[in-house]
Amino acid sequence: MSKYRMLKYLRQEVLPTTMCLGCGGGTVLNIFANAVDELGIDPKDLVMVSGIGCSAWIPSPYFKADTLHTTHGRPIAFATGIKVGLPDKYVVVISGDGDLAGIGGNHLLHAARRNIDIAVILVNNFIHGMTGGQVAPTTPFGAKTTTTPYGNIEHPLNISETVAAAGASYVARWTTANPFMLLKSIKKALTKKGFALVEVISQCPVQFGQRNKLRSAPDMLRWFLKNSVPLKKAMKMSPEELEGKIVIGEFIDRERVEFVEELNKIIRGVYVNAD
Amino acid sequence: MNRSVLRKLYPKGNYFMQGDEAIAYGAIFAGCKFYAGYPITPASEIAETMARELPKVGGYYVQMEDEIGSIAAIIGASWTGLKSMTATSGPGFSLMQENIGYAIMTETPIVVVDVQRSGPSTGQATKGAQGDFFQARWGTHGDHPAIAISPSSVEECFWTTIDAFNLSEKFRMPIIILADGIIGHMREQIRIPDPEEVEVIERRLPQNEEEAKLPFGGDLIPPMPIFGRGYFTHVTGSTHKETGMRDVYTPSVHDKLVRRLHEKIEKHKKEIVKWEEKFTDDAEILVVSWGVSAKPSLCAVLRARSEGIKAGFFRLKTVHPFPSERISKLSKKVRAIIVPEMNLGQLIIEVQRFVNDDVRLIGVNKIGGVPITSEEVYNAIKEVV
Ligand SMILES: Cc1ncc(C[n+]2csc(CCOP(=O)(O)OP(=O)(O)O)c2C)c(N)n1
Repeated sequence: MSKYRMLKYLRQEVLPTTMCLGCGGGTVLNIFANAVDELGIDPKDLVMVSGIGCSAWIPSPYFKADTLHTTHGRPIAFATGIKVGLPDKYVVVISGDGDLAGIGGNHLLHAARRNIDIAVILVNNFIHGMTGGQVAPTTPFGAKTTTTPYGNIEHPLNISETVAAAGASYVARWTTANPFMLLKSIKKALTKKGFALVEVISQCPVQFGQRNKLRSAPDMLRWFLKNSVPLKKAMKMSPEELEGKIVIGEFIDRERVEFVEELNKIIRGVYVNAD
Repeated sequence: MNRSVLRKLYPKGNYFMQGDEAIAYGAIFAGCKFYAGYPITPASEIAETMARELPKVGGYYVQMEDEIGSIAAIIGASWTGLKSMTATSGPGFSLMQENIGYAIMTETPIVVVDVQRSGPSTGQATKGAQGDFFQARWGTHGDHPAIAISPSSVEECFWTTIDAFNLSEKFRMPIIILADGIIGHMREQIRIPDPEEVEVIERRLPQNEEEAKLPFGGDLIPPMPIFGRGYFTHVTGSTHKETGMRDVYTPSVHDKLVRRLHEKIEKHKKEIVKWEEKFTDDAEILVVSWGVSAKPSLCAVLRARSEGIKAGFFRLKTVHPFPSERISKLSKKVRAIIVPEMNLGQLIIEVQRFVNDDVRLIGVNKIGGVPITSEEVYNAIKEVV
């Protein structure tokens, strides 16, 4: 373990992590640390914000930076105040699908609309993991969870498409089986001016896999690879053909006016200089 | 806060304004630099004033998507070192409760204004009320301390808000201002002071890395290692050790933390709790009131006095913590206590806990949105003479 190159980015006194065996959270933490490393970001310039859930534990308390572990669903709203106060820092939210797209979905939409310069890594494991595997707004149609014992009768939210439509500067979706693309996108999200979302489809073999014939992490990763369709190819496919598929790729990458810069423009315009 | 900027923008002198506006100006004089909110009657004028004035002093106004986001944003901003405030009314105040608990647990200085309106639910949206007395105390879950202060005039809205910021910075906790729709919308003359006359307290920051290591312990009120300074501060609403690291399994860690949160208020109660009293030395009948109901109460007491009735007046400025010792002491000398308030009896429950059984306790309670009149309080006094 002492040979692990990313250890310097972690609060070693709180290791090992609480993640279950095979959890995708470790991959996300590792790739995020590598992104920070490759970009040469000083962790003193990072503020990590998370909500409540297993995925919210990926940065907090493990990542050695300023870390704000907030209430369920609200990390993006907390991060909004932080970014206004510290416009020169990297403000990063890492949290789960239930947290960010379920209970906190409104904040996700409006932060994207404002295009505030926050990077969000949304870890989508199709389930409310921490509370024991209840259905989430991302659970596939028909899937078994502890609260859909007869199969899920609701349709999952397409988070990446929704956030792109809401106005984000950058949106990409990858699975934990695409670590290099994920790394590239997280680096892009960190450096992009404006709201950036990286949706990571991640395995939860314990709460999701085992109830859905995907017993282990390797089973789930193989399922991700088999079911993934690159965005370019997906655009030529019908909705029926895309049913149950995971569309991966960059959904949007554009320049758009950023919120905190605009706020500061107002101040520069009306600020009273008494001297 | 640059005093010369304030002087230039708001020269000292008399102004005519609403209570809501006075709250906004009080915040600016206290050094508020970040406001996040969501529109709601009768608090919207606070947001509108902040949106217009804050940028002039280099501050930020953000309109959030709801009240949960608003309080979340001000807590986040406070951790960057900005003095922060939000304002709302009953429905929004209810939505904020979870994060008020978060601010208490994470010892984050913020100011939350509740311009009370008639409830429950949407109730009479445009009408003032005093129904949130206990929500301000016990709205969020779990054992927790609370500080709530309540202005009785437009001028006091200004000074109460400055007090709220100073208390929040000093004790590292959320302070609630319980205004109401009547005072919030009422216009009165107020005197804006020279910034020199305003005492402004700033939070204690760590002076070195060593001091930053115990953001949640060591001292009764620890220094706050705000973000962006390289301290690697860890903040969580879960039970945590003095370092900030989560420990939800050790009973003594929780016990120590939550008791300290209470103790920092308990130990400073004398300094925190403020009230106003008149004619209490020889009073046989005491009128105890707060907020908008205090004015008619004082008028009634003055009228009774002019008729030789030994009535006294007591107004809570701080409603939580409750001035229990003083009320208890005064109650030993009086026959009756009258409690006028625009609700069906909330402050009176608190008063009751601290008075002897032989004191007659009478509520003057009015709901529906129309303020209590001095006549109504006077009649209650006459009844017990
Ligand atoms: C207001 C509130 N409601 C419910 C909960 C309980 N809760 C804790 S974690 C969680 C689900 C987290 O799911 P997700 O965000 O998908 O993260 P995961 O654990 O799957 O990584 C819930 C519902 C809570 N802490 N707060």
